[in-house]
Amino acid sequence: MNESITLNYDVDSNDFTRAGEASSSVKRKLKLMGVDPDIIRKVAISLYEGEINMVIHSYGGTIEVIISTDMIEMILRDKGPGIEDTELAMQAGYTTAPDNIRSLGFGAGMGLPNMKKYSDDLKIESVVGKGTTVRMKVYIPKNIS
Amino acid sequence: MTIKDIKEALGARYICGEELEDREVHAACGSDMLSDVLAFVKDRAVLLTGLCNPQVIRTAEMMDIVCIVFVRGKMPDDVMIEMAKERDIVLLSSGHRMFSACGLLYEKGLRGGAPYR
Ligand SMILES: Nc1ncnc2c1ncn2[C@@H]1O[C@H](COP(=O)(O)OP(=O)(O)OP(=O)(O)O)[C@@H](O)[C@H]1O
Ligand SMILES: [Mg+2]
Repeated sequence: MNESITLNYDVDSNDFTRAGEASSSVKRKLKLMGVDPDIIRKVAISLYEGEINMVIHSYGGTIEVIISTDMIEMILRDKGPGIEDTELAMQAGYTTAPDNIRSLGFGAGMGLPNMKKYSDDLKIESVVGKGTTVRMKVYIPKNIS
Repeated sequence: MTIKDIKEALGARYICGEELEDREVHAACGSDMLSDVLAFVKDRAVLLTGLCNPQVIRTAEMMDIVCIVFVRGKMPDDVMIEMAKERDIVLLSSGHRMFSACGLLYEKGLRGGAPYR
């Protein structure tokens, strides 16, 4: 496999039944491609946390996943409302999730810390009123690809 | 410990996946916060939870969790059961509360992960 494969998904705001479908699809594709299970889990968890954040906190957007030999890159773009203080948002326990979201099991303020923990590289660009772009990379070590 | 051992220790009943009851379980995680579950990495784990919505199944899928125990007699709906079947995840329902369910499994030798930093 020399050229890369790109996967694209739309993510709707507030759709809790379908939330996670993109991550699920990416996970299944990586499994079919024979990618190492530990790498798949790192991708699945970080992508799922990001996808859930788009469903809960954003007005919706798109997910792009680029799979190449040495790395899996995930780009999550949403249409707003943006994050005022990304450093604060990154802190474990920080959440703005309302009670109805907490009753679903989300809103521990652990999503972004988990994304940082499981991905090898995490970058967040956010403009209030415009939207947020989250870029994550998971590297595939040579000896197991 | 197998899924069958868990079912027996908890006096639980199968919602689906009974045919997978001989599968091994190596660790357990009990939580009602899904990001807390997602922070937990252990192979072949069982999840005990009082939550009952499709995202519980999705979370288990992302983590390769082999079995979910719904405590306090919670019952998933058909959509959730279908999702679990497609993913080979065993679903159990137990009348025990979270503390007792976890305690019963701990007593049988099942352990959680390392302490959270
Ligand atoms: N895509 C986004 N758009 C707008 N705000 C966001 C976005 N992602 C995260 N945030 C903000 O950052 C906060 C922290 O996010 P994080 O994922 O760490 O926790 P959470 O989603 O609130 O809870 P958990 O992930 O534990 O369920 C959120 O509560 C929200 O205020
Ligand atoms: Mg989150």
